[in-house]
Amino acid sequence: MPVLARTLEAAGFATILVTMMPYWAERIGAPRTLAIEFPFGHTLGQAHNKNQQMRVIRQALQVLEQAPEPGTIVHSLEKWPVPPKQAMQDWQPAQPSPVVELLAPRFRELLRRRRTSNED
Amino acid sequence: MPVDSFKFLPRLIAAFYKTNQVQPELPMPWTPLPGPLSACKFALVTSAGLYLKSQQPPFDLERERQDPTWGDPTYRAIPTAVRQGQLGVSHLHVNPKDVQEDFNILLPIHRFQELVEQGVISELADPAYSFMGYQGFPPDASHWRDLYAPEIAHRLEMDQVDCVFLTPS
Repeated sequence: MPVLARTLEAAGFATILVTMMPYWAERIGAPRTLAIEFPFGHTLGQAHNKNQQMRVIRQALQVLEQAPEPGTIVHSLEKWPVPPKQAMQDWQPAQPSPVVELLAPRFRELLRRRRTSNED
Repeated sequence: MPVDSFKFLPRLIAAFYKTNQVQPELPMPWTPLPGPLSACKFALVTSAGLYLKSQQPPFDLERERQDPTWGDPTYRAIPTAVRQGQLGVSHLHVNPKDVQEDFNILLPIHRFQELVEQGVISELADPAYSFMGYQGFPPDASHWRDLYAPEIAHRLEMDQVDCVFLTPS
């Protein structure tokens, strides 16, 4: 999504990205970002929680208005009102995605090798 | 406290993400706000994988199941008069339950209509747009960058849009 932000910004629109992954916004270089520590699939809040959604949106609009330079990332102080373990379970699909099923064994092996070589 | 990008990610995926070495391409694009928010027309873009059940095909999850390293790069135009029950969600990487109950958590059409009523912004562009966020592994955003985002940019220009509000899923 930071790629879409960059492309639309370059085409002449002022963009604001709201994301739980400021890690990618920073690495890809989104022009303006509000970072929010909410679980995936819930970028603006909980279903039917209008006040919470509006707080996040208004913060994002403030970033859009006040960002001094490209690459601005503002970190929201909003907290997800569900315990992290529960939230982590709630957002994930019932079945692991096809790519996770395909690559999980390879990831594990890669990380195991890296750990072993760090220990050497 | 800065936001922890990995707080809600399974450890394996987080560890893998952290191995990347990407740097932003410079210069970063920049379009100043053309005026106060109250004079700006907004468009909404999400990557929630939303589509109109009666009129649009879902995103191509069958092909993704066949080839898990591929993700559908197309988009759907979502009329802002859409009702909750008319939207489908195609996305294999998140639980769709909550967005199926309230699309505003990813495509905040109703919140932006309220902002127009309150005079905070000038207008909400119709339609809004939805992509599906998974763009393969390793991620390949070239179709977004070179084909679909320019196409949407053209439509937004025709619509005299000033600002774009983006919400990944």
